[in-house]
Amino acid sequence: MIESMTPLFAVLTPLLAIPLIVAARRMPDVRESFTIMAALAAFALVASLVTQVDANTLVGSGSWEVVAGIELNLRVDQTGLYFGLIASGLWLVTCFYSIGYVRAHDEKNQTRYFASFAACVGSTLGVAFAGNLVTFLVFYEMLSLATYPLVIHSESPKAIRSGRKYLTYALTAGVLLMAAVIWTGVTVGNFDFKPGGIIEPDMLDAGSMRVLFLLFLAGVGVKAGLMPLHGWLPAAMVAPTPVSALLHAVAVVKSGVFGIIRVVGFVFGPETMHLYGLDGLLVFVAGTTIVLASCIALRQDNLKRRLAYSTVGHLSYIVLGIALLSRDGFAGGMLHMVNHATMKITLFFCAGAIMVHLHKDRVSQLDGIGRAMPWTMGAFAIGALGLAGVPPVNGFLSKWLLCEGATDIALIVLLTSGLLNAAYFFPIVHRAFFRAPSEEVAAKGEAPTIMVVPICFVAGLSVGLFFWPDLFLGMARDVAAAVFGKGAA
Amino acid sequence: MRFDLLPHAPVIVPLAFLVGAMLAVLGTLFRPRWAQPLAVAVSAFATLVAAGGLVHVLAEGTIRYQLAGWRPPLGIELVMDPLSAFLTLLMAGVGLLVLIHSRPIVPRELPGRETAFYAASLLLLGGLCGLVLTGDLFNLYVFIEIVSLSSYALLGIGSKRAPFSAFRYLVMGTTAGSLYLLGLACIYMRTGTLNMADFAAIVPEVADQVPVQIGVVLLLTGLALKSALFPLHGWLPDAYTDGGSTATALIAPIGTKAALYAMLRVTYFLLGPALVADGALVADVIAYLGAAGILWGSFLAMSQRELKRMLAYSSVAQVGYIALGIGLASGYGFIGAVLHIVNHACMKACLFLVSGNLRQVVHHSYLPNIDSSVRRKMPWSMAAFSVAAVSMIGLPPTAGFFSKWYLALGTVEQGRWVLLASLLISTLLNAVYFVRVFEQIYLRPAREGAGGRPASGEAPLSMVVPTVVFAVLLLVLGVGNALLVDHLLLPMLGGGAS
Repeated sequence: MIESMTPLFAVLTPLLAIPLIVAARRMPDVRESFTIMAALAAFALVASLVTQVDANTLVGSGSWEVVAGIELNLRVDQTGLYFGLIASGLWLVTCFYSIGYVRAHDEKNQTRYFASFAACVGSTLGVAFAGNLVTFLVFYEMLSLATYPLVIHSESPKAIRSGRKYLTYALTAGVLLMAAVIWTGVTVGNFDFKPGGIIEPDMLDAGSMRVLFLLFLAGVGVKAGLMPLHGWLPAAMVAPTPVSALLHAVAVVKSGVFGIIRVVGFVFGPETMHLYGLDGLLVFVAGTTIVLASCIALRQDNLKRRLAYSTVGHLSYIVLGIALLSRDGFAGGMLHMVNHATMKITLFFCAGAIMVHLHKDRVSQLDGIGRAMPWTMGAFAIGALGLAGVPPVNGFLSKWLLCEGATDIALIVLLTSGLLNAAYFFPIVHRAFFRAPSEEVAAKGEAPTIMVVPICFVAGLSVGLFFWPDLFLGMARDVAAAVFGKGAA
Repeated sequence: MRFDLLPHAPVIVPLAFLVGAMLAVLGTLFRPRWAQPLAVAVSAFATLVAAGGLVHVLAEGTIRYQLAGWRPPLGIELVMDPLSAFLTLLMAGVGLLVLIHSRPIVPRELPGRETAFYAASLLLLGGLCGLVLTGDLFNLYVFIEIVSLSSYALLGIGSKRAPFSAFRYLVMGTTAGSLYLLGLACIYMRTGTLNMADFAAIVPEVADQVPVQIGVVLLLTGLALKSALFPLHGWLPDAYTDGGSTATALIAPIGTKAALYAMLRVTYFLLGPALVADGALVADVIAYLGAAGILWGSFLAMSQRELKRMLAYSSVAQVGYIALGIGLASGYGFIGAVLHIVNHACMKACLFLVSGNLRQVVHHSYLPNIDSSVRRKMPWSMAAFSVAAVSMIGLPPTAGFFSKWYLALGTVEQGRWVLLASLLISTLLNAVYFVRVFEQIYLRPAREGAGGRPASGEAPLSMVVPTVVFAVLLLVLGVGNALLVDHLLLPMLGGGAS
């Protein structure tokens, strides 16, 4: 293990930017430059870890002992780095997009918005780099709290209702996770993540083991949008679109999925999971979520809600891959983390651009907008193709890997869901490009450049990661190898 | 020759407050304006000495101070160990900040009675510090009664209804004191000593004798009644709601802790956790009553419409947390209980100071009438409120999370799932009633007409600064609780308990 302060600085950079952002509240340009500088710095710090962390090397920032035996520490392994790269990289892109969005939309409380955004990203990086369960829990709870001001951003009665719903789900989950973490700590004697798991099969009886797993599942499953714990996610779509894009498609929800990776691969471990039939439970939950969410998405006319249900479904792709307990499935699930992130953020960015530029948020209003906003909708088409699993977009790769690792039933679920994805995304693309635009739409041009450039960038990234997936694929395979190293499959 | 002050800290701190109280009466009877500066000066001095004492104790070890040179067990002994030194600092420090904060409030709420008020405040603080420091069980009783008497006085000179609420408190408190004394007498029959250190050595020999057991139960019941442990909490909400802002801000954060601290001393250091756990029943009863109080207090807090009353019920719940920790009779329980005494002192002080600020600026603290105009007028107070509320809910990185964490560890360690569940459920209940206030402060649009009134701005600096200091302390305690645990609590566990 390499001792280095880089992980700590990476987590602190966005958090330390908050006072600066608040201090510069009367000078929007200065304030936004702080956000951008923090995002650049955080990304640079995380990226600098890529060269240092490999399958056998961790980078840690020492630890802060809370009490003998319980410590907060940041220790970056490949799994954490993987997630950290996604979160910090896409934050940088979202920064630029956000600036365009809030200004074009003339949002109020922009300072609160940017400050909370920074708090969310800092907490997410903390979740990613947490070296043990306690640290994970601390940042996970901070993330719940930091997201709240963004959900209620518009301060409309609907937003406040959604905020309550969000807090109810998030805090309940946090409490259950806390119980699970403490129970684990008392049972095992420490809280550290270890590839292959820390809970040995004989540490608890079968009943307790299952209850413990359910506690964990409820704790991290809420953020991962597992049904029936997904209710907050569509409700949270009242937040400004960049929030939906980065947090409710990438950072927050992927923290939940990341939590499942940690729980399955690093706390329980494949052996214990399999012995007590916990993998079957997880496959069932994830499979059901995939199919149901896709079906519900079909019926949504509100574009962001459709995307939200699609997110619920795709998060469960990742969970399914992990639950399969096979190397390919695990690697495929992890690869889908980054792929879904780039694709879904593209779609949300497009939805936001349509909303601020044309003031439309329903699928049925999108006739012909591809003529007015060719770049935006072109990017949308790329994201949609990718999520349906069509090459040459990165979604194809992760789906392929997932299918390789899948059992028969999982395979059927994945293929059905691919069709459903096509069924709910392609009509949008069809409407946008092949129907005649209304006069109002035809008169408008493309969205503001500061929004279009990030949109094209993430769409390009989605295609780029199809051709050059090596960095992420390599890391995903290494993690899978580490987790399954002890034996099985 | 240089007179070294610090070894005398155990006696100087309580004495400073007691002398200050007399000076306040004698010196400022005809000059009520001087009462507050005098009180602040006295508490500042005591805080400094207490801080010095803490440093001294950490460097040189426990100070045992024999009053008038009489050796224990005959004489009364004051003991400043790491724990009591730290708690003395806490009491004096919280007192100092609250008294600074009281400057504009007291002349407005209690015109003409400043002298009496500040004298009683100093008496209360002196009693609290003495109680924490004493090494003698009867002396403990004396200090508890000093604390109680001054509390009655402080709460009684509040609003019109205050004397009635305070009278109820007085009846309860006197009953509690009698129970304690009766219990002590029973124990004394068999042990023949009142010195705590002696007592701890003798107790294992006589623990199975009936009078001792009856004595312990009476003594703990008395303390439970004093500390408003469920179901003996009935007097508390009324007394807090009707009392003045400063009086509640003194009594809720640190006053109630007096009896809890005594309970902690008795169970952990006199009877010893092993004995308490063997006798199981007593500890169990304390723990489960604590859990019941947590839920009951939280439920009632949810339905309150007046901020101070809501905070009062939440105090009932928080007392439950500490009692739960005491009842666990384990290392984690001890750490959790002490940390929660500290954290809750800071949280509750912060929240009550905010309610004082509200009364100062908008002249009420009635929740249904609070909207975002309040936040615009008093951004700092409301920010402090938010931090304290998050800490009450128990979310990281604030202090409240960590005390809850240790308590939860303690419950899981012993496989007491009911207690764990009550801790976790109460987190959610706390969230319900504090988020409700959040929404009003930050999200409810200002009423028509409210915008037209000239904004009177934030409360005076002397009120805002203490409030914000408490909020910052909560964050510091959250991140820095490792220091407390490592340097203050673990040594105590090693020496006294295990």
